[in-house]
Amino acid sequence: MPFIPHTDEDIKNMLASIGADSIDALFDEIPPSLINQDLGGIPAGLNEIDISRHMQKQANQDGTPLCFIGAGAYDHHIPAAVWEITTRGEFYSAYTPYQAEASQGTLQLLYEFQTMMSRLTAMDVSNASLYDGASGVAEAALMAVRANRKSKSKRILLPRTVHPTYRKVVNTIVKNQGIILDELDFDLDGGYIDPASLSDEPGDVAAMIIPQPNFFGVLEEVDTLTDWAHDRGMLVIAVVNPTAMALLSPPGEWGKLGADIVVGEGQPLGAPLSSGGPYFGFMCCKQALVRQMPGRIIGRTVDTDGKQGFTLTLQAREQHIRRSKATSNICTNQGLLVTAATIYMSILGADGLEKTARMCHENTLKLINSLSSIKGVQKIFNRPMFHEAVFKISAPVKETLKELAHKNIAAGYSLENDYPELKDMLLVCATETRNQADIDEYRNALANVLA
Amino acid sequence: MLIFEHSRSGRINKAQSTNPGSLANSIPEKFLRKKRAGLPEVSELQAVRHYTSLSQKNFSIDTHFYPLGSCTMKYNPRCCNSLAMLPGFLARHPESDESLGQGYLACMYELQEMLKEATGMKSVSMAPMAGAQGEFAGVAMIRAYHDSRKDHSRTEIIVPDAAHGTNPATAVMCGYKVREIPTRSDGDIDLDALKEAVGPQTAGIMLTNPSTLGVFDRNIEQMSKIVHEAGGLLYYDGANLNAILGKVKPGDMGFDAIHINLHKTFSTPHGGGGPGAGPVGVSERLIPFLPIPYVTHNVAQDVSQEGEQFHLLTEKECPQTIGRLSTFMGNAGVLLRAYIYARMLGREGMKRVGEFSTLNANYTMVKLKENGFNIALNTRRATHEFIVTLKNEAKNMDVNAMDFAKRLLDYGFHAPTTYFPLIVPECLLIEPTETESKEILDQFISAMATIRTEAQENPELVKNAPYSLPVKRLDDVKAARELDLVFRPDTDLKP
Repeated sequence: MPFIPHTDEDIKNMLASIGADSIDALFDEIPPSLINQDLGGIPAGLNEIDISRHMQKQANQDGTPLCFIGAGAYDHHIPAAVWEITTRGEFYSAYTPYQAEASQGTLQLLYEFQTMMSRLTAMDVSNASLYDGASGVAEAALMAVRANRKSKSKRILLPRTVHPTYRKVVNTIVKNQGIILDELDFDLDGGYIDPASLSDEPGDVAAMIIPQPNFFGVLEEVDTLTDWAHDRGMLVIAVVNPTAMALLSPPGEWGKLGADIVVGEGQPLGAPLSSGGPYFGFMCCKQALVRQMPGRIIGRTVDTDGKQGFTLTLQAREQHIRRSKATSNICTNQGLLVTAATIYMSILGADGLEKTARMCHENTLKLINSLSSIKGVQKIFNRPMFHEAVFKISAPVKETLKELAHKNIAAGYSLENDYPELKDMLLVCATETRNQADIDEYRNALANVLA
Repeated sequence: MLIFEHSRSGRINKAQSTNPGSLANSIPEKFLRKKRAGLPEVSELQAVRHYTSLSQKNFSIDTHFYPLGSCTMKYNPRCCNSLAMLPGFLARHPESDESLGQGYLACMYELQEMLKEATGMKSVSMAPMAGAQGEFAGVAMIRAYHDSRKDHSRTEIIVPDAAHGTNPATAVMCGYKVREIPTRSDGDIDLDALKEAVGPQTAGIMLTNPSTLGVFDRNIEQMSKIVHEAGGLLYYDGANLNAILGKVKPGDMGFDAIHINLHKTFSTPHGGGGPGAGPVGVSERLIPFLPIPYVTHNVAQDVSQEGEQFHLLTEKECPQTIGRLSTFMGNAGVLLRAYIYARMLGREGMKRVGEFSTLNANYTMVKLKENGFNIALNTRRATHEFIVTLKNEAKNMDVNAMDFAKRLLDYGFHAPTTYFPLIVPECLLIEPTETESKEILDQFISAMATIRTEAQENPELVKNAPYSLPVKRLDDVKAARELDLVFRPDTDLKP
């Protein structure tokens, strides 16, 4: 019996203590008409040898292609120590630290995480994680509507340069609460929100969402945009890449007042690509907004001896206390990924993360140079970028990606589904893990396919 | 000591460093960070030692019995982790061509099918990233269903008073008003109150069965009839599915939408607070509204599809979907761990989950009763969990449920869930799970009995517990009043 330790003797003795004839008798309060033990559609169990053989086969089938896709998930190096420690049973098999005295390891780590994220984004406070970047933006939108006391509006400005799937997820999560998402278009030459295109009087709006870098990898004029939004009574929600934060101006320093809420996808900080999850979302904000934050928050306090300790705090915001009046329904979040991220940031350090960010940028510049030399490939958008770039190619993107997949290259993200005006365009990325040989291999393969 | 206190300016990990050249003006100055972010500067060894030693301050399933009610803290088989971390799974970019993901997608398709079979639902989407997101998806589907029929008068969701806090919070996120109904003293929902509550304003009801009181609601079929006749739909909170796995299917009970907590019933790790996974299952009428993406299996020559055998459904193929809940496809790696677990259990193993979790709970309940503890629902069978109420101990010995919980930590047991459900005073919700042996249960029962004796003879001993943990009882009031959420060594940085 997999993972069940009972001997026949145990079962006999336990049933005798209970005073039941059989295990089936323990289900005697359930209406007999509901008992249904037919699991015929589920295969017979496998032992560890057989499941290992099966999983090896499945994993080998997918292989380890050369990856040049970004689009919200990035192929970074993860130090071996990160997951060695993260998967220690004490982290891996613990739960939400409800019993603080028996969870000081997780709690202190989360407090350190909150500190690291606050410093990376230059914000006052951080929570202990949300599900992912997309749902994080949705939570930020809800939070901004609650928190903006100057505005009665439920309108949010959501630029089209924000990840298209983030925009879809925000819509799924907020639409039933009467929140209106107003799209902002982008400049076709620059691939960014041109501040000159913004209306002087946008009306009453609760918040503006500003990505940095944006979905195309392009840098937005964050200072101007932040001031524009603040001058019109909006809160500013920054959506940032955490790796980029080691290099780029942090949201806490945007414009005159800094962003109010910062969210983003935490995956670049130590989470493997792994088919899209589990990753984690992060959220930081100004001190004044902390009581409107969703999710777990850890505070430092003292025990009865005056010794430092850590505990879940501000729980009066949360569903298990406030029920229908909670700031969110979130309960279980992404603790283990935050464990990995905290260890990742500690091992890379300030210097290491900055070098990673610069190396990604440098490799993407190399990739741009290399691909630009192919006939029929043209770089689009003339603005500064971080570690992604957009190319127009002289063949249908979808078929091209499929052909390159057959050569074991994950070659990029096709933009035309989300942006009809960007037909035949491809979004690519080169992280610090790609080298010149990888770039050459990609260039030659693409040139062959297009030839 | 905090990691920041180990930090020394200029300490660099060469082994984890790259060597970029200068930026060469490719990014104008105004976009750049002016001051380096204050991340720790420690050696790899310092980081490894620091976090290893932090881990040792945790209770966990791997180190301690963890009978946290409603959370199903069963053994997380190690091979579910190691196999999910094979390079072929970790390296797959979620946006890569589907021809590069057939191995993974095949596993996902099989898991969907197994979850359908285990729950009796007609279709399953594994997009939701946790139970609460599954609840959101379920109630959003109920709303989409009513909206699609232009039935806009349905503005209320009914929730029992014993429900998880996520239930009412979710109903509000979906734009509904919450109407609470009471539970009877025998633990079943008050049918008369339900009859009175339903009407043309009822969008649906959110139920957990077995309920959070640790009993199976015997009137579920009548409740289903009452709600359906009023035009409402039934939502099943799968938090307690472990109790009935292989015995009863939510689909047979009449539920229209359910979520399953894979981090409970399918033993994926709780990770110190996630990641979870909350797949949703639906009856026939809600299929069009399922959240995307989920996997479809193309029969050989179906040319309408991409051509790959396993394919993720998108908006194009599911125009009525409630939409997407995550950037890619939910907590994919968690789903993989659940798949491995499900394949290892197989159909025989799944049946034993419900049976042995129920056996362990009933045994522990009977033994605690013999030792003088009050069981909240004294006349009922336990399901996979049960409630001890310490209201007499609180009154007579001045030792409350939290004191018992803290003293248990000294005896090397994680505390049960305390003060939930809210309707039982001074309660401990105890869920042993099926993977614990009789010896451990006996040790736990004996520790509980000892603490009860301590409470009679020396209540202060219990009230000041714990003594053997890295810290004593923490000042939660100070934590909330003098917020210290971020380490700031320079006081001038304090906001």
